[in-house]
Amino acid sequence: MNSGSPPTKPAVRDDIGVDRDYRLITPYLFIAPAVLVMFGGLAFPVFQSVYLSFYDWKIGTPLSTAENVGFANYLRLISDPDVLESLWVTLKFGFWTISLEMILGISLALMLEKPIRGASLFRTIFILPLMVSPVVVGLIWRYLFDARVGWINYYLGVWFGMEPQVWLGDAELAFFAIVLTDIWQWTPFIFIIVIAGLQALPSEVIEASRVDGANWWQQIFLVKLPMISSILLIALLMRLIDVFRALEVMYIMTGGGPGRATELMSLHIYNRAFDAQLLGYASAISVLLITIVFLFSLAILMLGNPMKDKADV
Amino acid sequence: MVKKLIKAAVAAGVAATLSLSSAFANPYEKYAGQTIVVSWPALSHFAKAETLIEEFTEETGIEVEIDALQYLKLRDRQLLEMSKPKGEYDIVSWVVMWKGEYVSKGLLTPLSQFFTNGALVDPQYDIDDIADAYLQNGGVVGGKKGYMPGKSGALYGVPFGAETSIMAYRKDIFEEQGIEPPGTYDELRAAMKKLGDAGVPAMTSRGKTGHQVTAGWLLHLAPLGGKVFDDEWNPVFNNAAGVEAAQVMREITQTGPKGVPSFGFGEAAAAFLGGDAAMYIDTLKIAAMARDPKLSKVDGKVGYALHPVGSRCGSETGGFAMGIPANSQNKEAAFLFIQYMTSKAGDKRMVELGGDPIRMSTYDHFKDKFDEYPVILEQLPCADADWRPLIPEWNELNIDVLGQALTEVITTDKPIQPIMDAAAEKARAIMEREGYYSWAKYRAK
Repeated sequence: MNSGSPPTKPAVRDDIGVDRDYRLITPYLFIAPAVLVMFGGLAFPVFQSVYLSFYDWKIGTPLSTAENVGFANYLRLISDPDVLESLWVTLKFGFWTISLEMILGISLALMLEKPIRGASLFRTIFILPLMVSPVVVGLIWRYLFDARVGWINYYLGVWFGMEPQVWLGDAELAFFAIVLTDIWQWTPFIFIIVIAGLQALPSEVIEASRVDGANWWQQIFLVKLPMISSILLIALLMRLIDVFRALEVMYIMTGGGPGRATELMSLHIYNRAFDAQLLGYASAISVLLITIVFLFSLAILMLGNPMKDKADV
Repeated sequence: MVKKLIKAAVAAGVAATLSLSSAFANPYEKYAGQTIVVSWPALSHFAKAETLIEEFTEETGIEVEIDALQYLKLRDRQLLEMSKPKGEYDIVSWVVMWKGEYVSKGLLTPLSQFFTNGALVDPQYDIDDIADAYLQNGGVVGGKKGYMPGKSGALYGVPFGAETSIMAYRKDIFEEQGIEPPGTYDELRAAMKKLGDAGVPAMTSRGKTGHQVTAGWLLHLAPLGGKVFDDEWNPVFNNAAGVEAAQVMREITQTGPKGVPSFGFGEAAAAFLGGDAAMYIDTLKIAAMARDPKLSKVDGKVGYALHPVGSRCGSETGGFAMGIPANSQNKEAAFLFIQYMTSKAGDKRMVELGGDPIRMSTYDHFKDKFDEYPVILEQLPCADADWRPLIPEWNELNIDVLGQALTEVITTDKPIQPIMDAAAEKARAIMEREGYYSWAKYRAK
């Protein structure tokens, strides 16, 4: 489509009296409903959030009585150590969870790629955490990590003679706990995407590499993974966005504590909006969050846009 | 014909008189068939009240729907519902610390609208019998500082599930260790140390970041002579009393059951009820929970004593009160519900069902039946209605400022004074932002 002779126009039946100009705008009419839905569902709330970020508004009072504070919320934001701390916690959380999930997910997919006995059973077991609601995940792990009655402390004591730990009441242990929980829930997501990509690889290419003398490691790192790099990139992007949206599990497990050790940005926004009733300020922080996610996504897509070859379609 | 007309007129007159007298005979009749929706917490006392609600519906014909939520989640939902032009809720049950915010936003109906209606108010209701600390703390807004008793106060709610703090202790452990129930904070700290040294988890407490750790600290602040603000709204919780209360929290964490920094109210109570702590100082609700075999492993082993005193006697006043949203569509039926649940008969019935009373006459009536009632009767007169400032900004101070600072106190070994000083600065900035110092500045000019 993108080179050679000019594209041939499809045969047109003018005899039915359809205006050619009208036909030109037809595709746009078809996509208009989707665009409208996108605008209503996505763009409007973002605009509303930006609008609110210039006001000081509390729930329970009419929005019309909210005071316009100009850029005060943004000025406060850039010097607020609590916001910077939650941003740092989010980045740290994102780094550990995404990198470990990618390594584990890809490893599991490579192990279960071949038709071995019981592979389908393992695959089903591996994706089970993905099916559990985040609130339930939070509750399960909160009780597993409970200092007094949790199984983790119990078995660490029985097997290794370890003293009970206050998992969710110590800054470092609580951070470890939420990272572990996230890995438990989201590694299957990487696994399922990667295994789908691996199974779609043409067997001829793998065969050819084997004939050329590539060993197992070379097949993985020089053939398979490069061939599914666009899929890996999409998975990375989705997880990155998820990390910045993550709320429920930390809300249930730690509430962001102890201190702000597990207070990711989304939870910080929630706490500011509903505990402190600073709706305008919380909106300003959410605008910062959207900007950061947008920049990260843009950077990843610029590094390797899986859709760029199809940009002229 | 004339006779027939006279007969008909007489019959109509009799019927009208009968219907009129029956209207007066049953004040509930007018509201039978209405459905009221109640928002309240998913806590033991309220779960026990469901039987009383069934009895209310049977007696009055008013249907009741309950929307029970985890107690700290109530505020978000209630604020959203009450800010609509027409709300879903006819009754909201608030944690006392939210009353100032609800009233300042114009979301509640003053109960004087109903207490002035002779057709609604039961002459035997006797509001003066409700423990004064509970009524003032849960229901009155205005007065001195906006949340204290006073002449500018108005009633917006009636306590239901209200509480003060007492001490519960394990009689068996105290006997084993040769410890007497502590009456003062010095004795309490010595007992905690002795139990800790003996390897017995001493006292349980709330300690989770935010509201919970602040609530734990406040329990000790008042008896140690501290306050959050002075009369000019200057933060004073970083003075010697505030720092000592924080030190007590640190000692509780060090000598208590494992996990205090992750305990909310439920976990803290469960540690005592599960036999993992020798002492508990918090709401009196622990007594009813300790008797419930589904919740407790320590029934029969628990003794009760007054909240220890420091420089003064000052137990907490908290829990819940019920009121009527300004946007309720069934206000009179809602009032009848509140009146029924908190009447003398309703209060006694709540105790029979395993709940907690709000009336002095009920405490007196059952004082020989329950070990903790004589203690509560003695504790209530010194319950401190000003143990925390119930101003609209309290939630932010409670969770974002003190809740963070006190977590640092109990999870680290850092010096306490600088932590509390930094928190006091943050609190001052919030009060400044909300205009609390504008009068002082105006006068200074």
